[in-house]
Amino acid sequence: MFDPASLVLLIWVLLTCGVVAYFSYRRRVSRLRLRAIPGIAAIEEAVGRATEQGKPIVFTTGWGGDIQRPTTLAALNLLRFVAGKAASYGCRILFPTHDPVIAEAAKEIIQTAYNEAGHPDQFREDDVTFVSPSQFGYASGVDGIVSRQKPGAIFLFGTFEGEALILAETGNINGALQIAGTDSTIQLSFFIVACDYTLIGEELYTASAYLTDDRRVQSSMYAQDLIRAVVVALLLLLPILAMFGVNLYKEIM
Amino acid sequence: MAIATLAAAIVTVGIFSFLYRDNPFYRACEHLLIGLSVGFSLVLLWNSVLIPKLLQPLFVEGRLPAMIPFVLSLLMLLRLKSSLSYMSKPVLALVIGSGAGVSIPAMFEARVLRQIAASVEPFGVVGDGSVSALMLLGMLISLVGVVTVIVYFFYTRPDTKAFNGASQIGIYFLMVFFGATYGYTVTSRLTLLIGRIEFLLGDFLHLL
Repeated sequence: MFDPASLVLLIWVLLTCGVVAYFSYRRRVSRLRLRAIPGIAAIEEAVGRATEQGKPIVFTTGWGGDIQRPTTLAALNLLRFVAGKAASYGCRILFPTHDPVIAEAAKEIIQTAYNEAGHPDQFREDDVTFVSPSQFGYASGVDGIVSRQKPGAIFLFGTFEGEALILAETGNINGALQIAGTDSTIQLSFFIVACDYTLIGEELYTASAYLTDDRRVQSSMYAQDLIRAVVVALLLLLPILAMFGVNLYKEIM
Repeated sequence: MAIATLAAAIVTVGIFSFLYRDNPFYRACEHLLIGLSVGFSLVLLWNSVLIPKLLQPLFVEGRLPAMIPFVLSLLMLLRLKSSLSYMSKPVLALVIGSGAGVSIPAMFEARVLRQIAASVEPFGVVGDGSVSALMLLGMLISLVGVVTVIVYFFYTRPDTKAFNGASQIGIYFLMVFFGATYGYTVTSRLTLLIGRIEFLLGDFLHLL
C-alpha cells in the first residue's frame, strides 16, 4: 500500500534522479574543471609506491556498512579503479571484510581487474578474506593482517565506526601510506589525524568521477551540484519565510 | 577466583600486548576473538534467521514462497564451484540492487530533507518573541555553517571570490566539528580504557 506521507519524499527522489539522469544521458556539459581533491590524486601514487616497495596494498570497507549501503557501493566502485591499477602494476591486493556478500562482490571486482590487465594467474582468491562479523573481531583481524603483511598502502573507504582509529593507527605505525574516505562523520576526525589523505563525506561518492574521464559521470556531478544549489537556495529562503510565519518547509520537506 | 575473570584478564592483557608489538600472545587472543565471534554469529544466524524464516516455513509449514529464498541461497553457494559461480551473479545483483533501492530514499530523507527541516525549524518561533538575541545569533551561525559547508562540497563551482570565500568559511566550520568530535570520542575511549584497568586492578588483582 502506498503511504501518502511518503509522497513528498517520492517527488524529491524522482526530481533528483531525473536531473542526474538527464545530465548523464545528454552529456551536455563540456569537460568540467573539477575542484582538486588531493586524496583522490594520491590513490594512483599510493598503488605505485606499494608496487615499488614490493609490498601489497590493503583495501577494506569498514565494519559499519553492508553491501546495500551507498557508501559501500561507492567504495567498491573505487576498488574497481584501485584493483585495475594494482593488477596492471603487478601489485598484490588484500581485501579483508566483515561481510560475506561484500567479500563475494570484491572477489568479482578484483578478479575482473586481473583478467582485464592480462594477469588472471596473479589473482589469489584467498586475498579476499571474510574476517568476522563482529566489530572488534574484524578490527583485530585487519590489524593482524596489516602488522604481518606490512602493506605499502592502505585504503580505508566505506562506513567505519569504533574500529576506525584502531585500523588507521595500526597502518600509521606500520608506515603505510593511508588514504581514507567515509561519510561516518564522527570517525572522520580520526582519519584526518592518522591518515595521509582523507576524503570527506561526499568526496568518496564523487571519487570515481574524478578517476575516470567519462563525461557522463562528470555530467552527473554537474547535476548533483545543481541539486546542492537548490538546497542552498532553500536554506536561505525558507528561514526568512518561517520568520514571517510562513512554514513552507513543513509542506515540502 | 572465577575462571571467567581469569580468562578475561588473560585476553585483556593479550590484546593490550599489541601496544608493544605484534606477538604470539596477541595472535592467540586475536584468533580466539575472531573464532568466537564467527561461531557466535553462525549460531545466531542459524537460530534467528535460517530456522524461523527459511527452514521451518518451507519444510514444516509447507509454505511454497519460502522456496524462492531457498533456491537463491543455493545459487549463492554455487560460488564455491568456479565453473558454476556465474550462476550466483544474478543473486548478488538482486541483493545489491534491492538493498540500494531501499536505502537510497531512506538516506535522502534522513540526510537531506530532515536536515533542511531541522535547520529551518528554529526560525519559525522568531516571530513570537520567545527567541533572545543570543539564541538568534546561534541560529544564524548554525545556518551559515550549514550553507558554507555545502558550498565547500560543490565540485564544479566557478572560481570566484564569493564561492571560494564561502568555501573557506565552510572548511573552518568542518575543522571545528572535527576537533570537537575528536575530543568527545577520545574522552569516551578513555572511559573504556579506565574500565579495563579497573577490572584488571580490582576484579583480577584485588588492588582497588
